[in-house]
Amino acid sequence: MITLSYVYLLGGALFAAVAILSGLDPSNPKRARTTAFWGLMAMSLLLGDRISDFGNGLIVLAMALLAGTGGLGKGTLTPEAEADRQAFRQDRGARIGNWLLAPALIVPATALTGTLLLKDLMVGGVHLVDPKQATLISMAFGVLLALAVALPLIRTTPLVPLQEARRLLDTVGWSAILPQALAALGAVFALAGVGKVIGDLTTTYIPAHSPLAAAALYCCGMAGFTILMGNAFAAFPIMTAGIGLPLMVMQFGGNPAVVCAIGMLSGFCGTLMTPMAANFNLVPAALLELPDRYSVIKVQAPTALILLAANIVLMTLFAFKV
Amino acid sequence: MLTLAGIAIIAIGFVAGFNPLLVVTVAAVLTGLAAGLSLHDVISALGKAFNDNRYVSMVWLVLPVIGLLERAGLQDRARALINRLANATTGRLLIAYFFLRQMAAALGLTSLGGQAQMVRPLIAPMAEAASEARFGPLPEPVRHQIRAHAAATDNIALFFGEDIFIAMASILLIRGFLAGYGIEVEPFALSVWAIPTAVVALLVHGVRLWHLDRHMARTMQAVNP
Repeated sequence: MITLSYVYLLGGALFAAVAILSGLDPSNPKRARTTAFWGLMAMSLLLGDRISDFGNGLIVLAMALLAGTGGLGKGTLTPEAEADRQAFRQDRGARIGNWLLAPALIVPATALTGTLLLKDLMVGGVHLVDPKQATLISMAFGVLLALAVALPLIRTTPLVPLQEARRLLDTVGWSAILPQALAALGAVFALAGVGKVIGDLTTTYIPAHSPLAAAALYCCGMAGFTILMGNAFAAFPIMTAGIGLPLMVMQFGGNPAVVCAIGMLSGFCGTLMTPMAANFNLVPAALLELPDRYSVIKVQAPTALILLAANIVLMTLFAFKV
Repeated sequence: MLTLAGIAIIAIGFVAGFNPLLVVTVAAVLTGLAAGLSLHDVISALGKAFNDNRYVSMVWLVLPVIGLLERAGLQDRARALINRLANATTGRLLIAYFFLRQMAAALGLTSLGGQAQMVRPLIAPMAEAASEARFGPLPEPVRHQIRAHAAATDNIALFFGEDIFIAMASILLIRGFLAGYGIEVEPFALSVWAIPTAVVALLVHGVRLWHLDRHMARTMQAVNP
């Protein structure tokens, strides 16, 4: 069975290549630190299952220290290199035209078909791919397929995509692993019972005397708690057990399906407004080279707040009708 | 109460502008210590959780493809495509992308889109090109605002589309949670109640994007009168 461990090998190879290429990049003012950072990431992906939990923990601490004390470096292009790239773009643009868009669509298309087809594909009585991870495995396959198509189309060497990945990771920097670190933080929070403490505080000190007040409390609680935890899934069980079920459903007789569905969406409003949801909010700012780390959140906040208010109204309108 | 120290550190750390990766790691270690774990156990718990969540970082596998295509001029192609549409504006383009992304997500096709795969190589350059074609060269802050809007459009359309699909993780979580309290709900009963918010999201964000066009026109009028 093809499992995620193969995908991790591929990822580990990519980060190892990025570490080496960063080390060889004379334009990067912090070569050694950058190489160390991506090298640790490669080590985590390649060996994470063989070294102890404590060893993995040391890798996380080392990466955090590298990022937090002095940070990573970034390569720059000389004017000649910039001119070379420009010439390459114009040459390939004239030759390939809109066919260049095709490999870009191979990755999502493969992820999609793979998810639909491979999930239930059995070979010799076992699943060909781990059904729970079909999308991620298909996406990795799509990446290889897209490279196999794009390299001959563009007529260049396999070193170029690795160099370009290095250049893009220079742009994204340490924030590339922030989503994974936040997921780990969520697990430690769960271990320490942080959610329960907050849930107890919210429900003990804030009363609600009408259905509208209860809906507002539940929806705002979902959004606020999601802002703290970075994930609506972490907020949902705590807020629903603390407010949604006892107040909205038991006390005021609301329909649990309506309450929970709209409650979850209120959590998503919180996701749009928190740096803790780094993969949606901070990583795009880095990817798009925006100087203000919070600019995506700032654009999203007005829509999120209006939708939160709309959710409170919708919940009050529909929860007691059906 | 001491277990909340981690949250306080996150809030202070993010606001004070310390490196978020360091802030998050320190918060995790202190939260574990406050909960009574030994330093060795906290580091092990953090390491295990980091290892278990490696799939989160696998989104970066797409970088060699995107980088290679950008090197060959993918963003130029995306721009050229938009310039052929005479009526394209940043707002209209993003409204169209919002609608398609939301519909696809509602059908469970959440992998069609995404910040690294779609927004950086295609949607953001197209959104910039649409305004460039109308107003000429754009100042950097305007460029940045358009890009932030492109990223936001992808997120909002995804969040308020995916819950309409009955097999989405959040729907499964809600069902499992309610089943624990002896309440049985059909996935369809949950997903149907995601539709009103999805419609409001399309309307609200659509109006904001339409407004963005007018805002852009005013801003650029001031820049190039």
